[in-house]
Amino acid sequence: MGTRRDFLKGVLASGAAATACAAAVPALARETRPRPPEALGLLYDATLCVGCKACVAACKESNNNPPEFSTVDHLWDTPLDTSGYTFNIIKMYRNGTMDAKDQETNGYAFMKTSCMHCGDPSCVSACPVSAMTKDPETGVVGYNPDKCIGCRYCVAACPFGIPKYQYDSPTGRIGKCELCRHRHKDGRYSACAEVCPTGATLFGRTEDLLAEAKRRLAMKPGELNRFPRGRLRPAQERMLQGKPDGKGQKHRHGWRDEPDQSYETPAGKYLQHVYGEKEYGGTQVLKLSAVNFEKVGMPDLPPEAAAAMSETIQHNLYGNLIMPFAVLGAMTYVAKRNVKPDDESSGKEEG
Amino acid sequence: MANNQHGAPAPVGGSLVNIVTLTCGVLIALMAAILMVRFLFGLGAVTALNDGYPWGIWIAVDVIIGSAFACGGFSVAMLVYIFNKGEYHPLVRPALLASLFGYTLAGAGVIFDLGRWWNVWNMYWPTSINPNSVMFEVAICISLYIVVMWIEFSPVVLEQFGKHDARKKVSKAMFFIIALGTVLPMMHQSSLGTLLVVMGVQIHPLWQTPVLPLLYLLSAIFMGYAVVLFESCVASSAYRRKIEMQMLTPMAKIMLGILAVFIVVRLGDLVVRGAIFKAFVPSVEALMFWLEMACCIAPLILIGAETNRRNPARLFLAGILLMLGGALMRLNGFLIGYETNIGDAGGFTYFPTLAEVLVTAGMFAVEVLGYIIITRRFPVLPREDVQAAH
Repeated sequence: MGTRRDFLKGVLASGAAATACAAAVPALARETRPRPPEALGLLYDATLCVGCKACVAACKESNNNPPEFSTVDHLWDTPLDTSGYTFNIIKMYRNGTMDAKDQETNGYAFMKTSCMHCGDPSCVSACPVSAMTKDPETGVVGYNPDKCIGCRYCVAACPFGIPKYQYDSPTGRIGKCELCRHRHKDGRYSACAEVCPTGATLFGRTEDLLAEAKRRLAMKPGELNRFPRGRLRPAQERMLQGKPDGKGQKHRHGWRDEPDQSYETPAGKYLQHVYGEKEYGGTQVLKLSAVNFEKVGMPDLPPEAAAAMSETIQHNLYGNLIMPFAVLGAMTYVAKRNVKPDDESSGKEEG
Repeated sequence: MANNQHGAPAPVGGSLVNIVTLTCGVLIALMAAILMVRFLFGLGAVTALNDGYPWGIWIAVDVIIGSAFACGGFSVAMLVYIFNKGEYHPLVRPALLASLFGYTLAGAGVIFDLGRWWNVWNMYWPTSINPNSVMFEVAICISLYIVVMWIEFSPVVLEQFGKHDARKKVSKAMFFIIALGTVLPMMHQSSLGTLLVVMGVQIHPLWQTPVLPLLYLLSAIFMGYAVVLFESCVASSAYRRKIEMQMLTPMAKIMLGILAVFIVVRLGDLVVRGAIFKAFVPSVEALMFWLEMACCIAPLILIGAETNRRNPARLFLAGILLMLGGALMRLNGFLIGYETNIGDAGGFTYFPTLAEVLVTAGMFAVEVLGYIIITRRFPVLPREDVQAAH
């Protein structure tokens, strides 16, 4: 009878401990984090892209990445996807006879694949050793190989398939776009935007880029409009630009001087969707397209980041270790009563 | 206290060289050779891993499934020490030994898979750790649990070498070690499920849910009992010992209770989220889901009746089915139901290479060999003559 009573006590004690913890720790949801206000990013406009891949080459060069070959003759860099050595690529959508650009049936279109620099990145939440971090000011998602243990949880976690690992090396690293943050200190921005001849890839503050994207969505298709190239300079920055001879310039971010490269061209047939405005709570890289985003390889994502759900679960269970310690306390109490006699009896048996 | 009179543990004895140990030796040698290539030339040299499937069987099988198979020690310790079911005491040491090997090897297996293993100290370095990371929590808990289990098992070694004073000292703190040994596995076994949450839409809705921690914890517990059933049957037949039916029959009933709760939570969650419809869409995922469900539900029919639980063959089969059911849920979540979501341009596939399979086989061979050596030379299994007098 003794054991049955103790058994029930054990059940009650552990049950009570668990309930007490659940009550003591209020269910706090970790909300999806927005982009930082000064977040930097890119705006990719598929209707302006001509598929020249200058951005792919510039990215390779600025990140010191080796060429990757997909043809028999190994003549030049021909990566088919992003990889541990290719952080940016232009992919092509093809359908039927491929008659016209930016047409879903019997047409073709381009899409840039590179890090979206999420406001609430899964890779940063997943990384156990803080090798993947989000800059609190610029929001750039950066990688530190000196901390990375190569577990590839970031590779698995990213819904865009961005962090990639170098499987062919015994000291393989994770490779991903870091928005050319190593060039920022010299006043230079992302190489892909710098070299883009049509302004299809534009660099700037995400806030400004979002406004620019909305400006484009309001345009009438085919109507002549002015499009900036390189770095997007918002109105207030132009005011600080000073005189035409360059005197009295005040740049908000300290970017290098650059002549205005904007040009006029007909507006594309945009889908009324700024990809990245709301996906996973918002990303810092935004995209415009005339062809359905899922068809050009951009996943349909909810407005809540998976990282928020993961961290909500994690912190409700383990926040300040309240729950584990309470359960440990209950278990220690019960075990202390149950373990002692058993050990003595087994000791006697041996003696 | 009559319940607690059971045979004291004693070494089984006998030769260490036989066909089983020799096979294990060969498998371990093969594993060592493959690992040498892996560490010299990188993961790509021996594995089929790619960026669409960054985790293969070394993670899904060796670590995620392997550690759940190693939950026998935790499940039995809960029964004996927390729920004070002293009659199960003879099961503690063999179950603990299997867990010890399972976890120590899961821990070692992670190192084989780490692409930058020399940085692993960052996992324990205060300025590097990321408490938001599910993997950080899993890694810390598993590391601690391995240490805790070695302490739990230390009396066996100390007994064998006649260090009775040291053994007494360890025994004094044992209640706390045992309590830790129940909390730590609860924490990381549930978190192994939470690992999938951050992968979001990349995990098929049949295996992506906020209740993953509960599902993984409950299944780890029933898998623990299932493994004990399996091990007891195999050890009895291999060492020609009496099967401990007086313990296994009631333990199987507890296992079914946990299983029933699991099935209610599992199906209830699928219905509430509306994901159950995905199980009726013809696909590999649906097929694998029903296979998993069949393995989990069959034991209820197989050993649902008390008389059937007295049948060792049925217990053995139910044990295997539940090990398989829990393993399938993990394999489905981490590999079958994982699809890196990059639209139509993905096209990634993964099927383990022979080298990967051989390393996994080598890991299990280390466990089997270790179990044989230790049970033959150390006091783990109950002394047979006392057992016979029952």
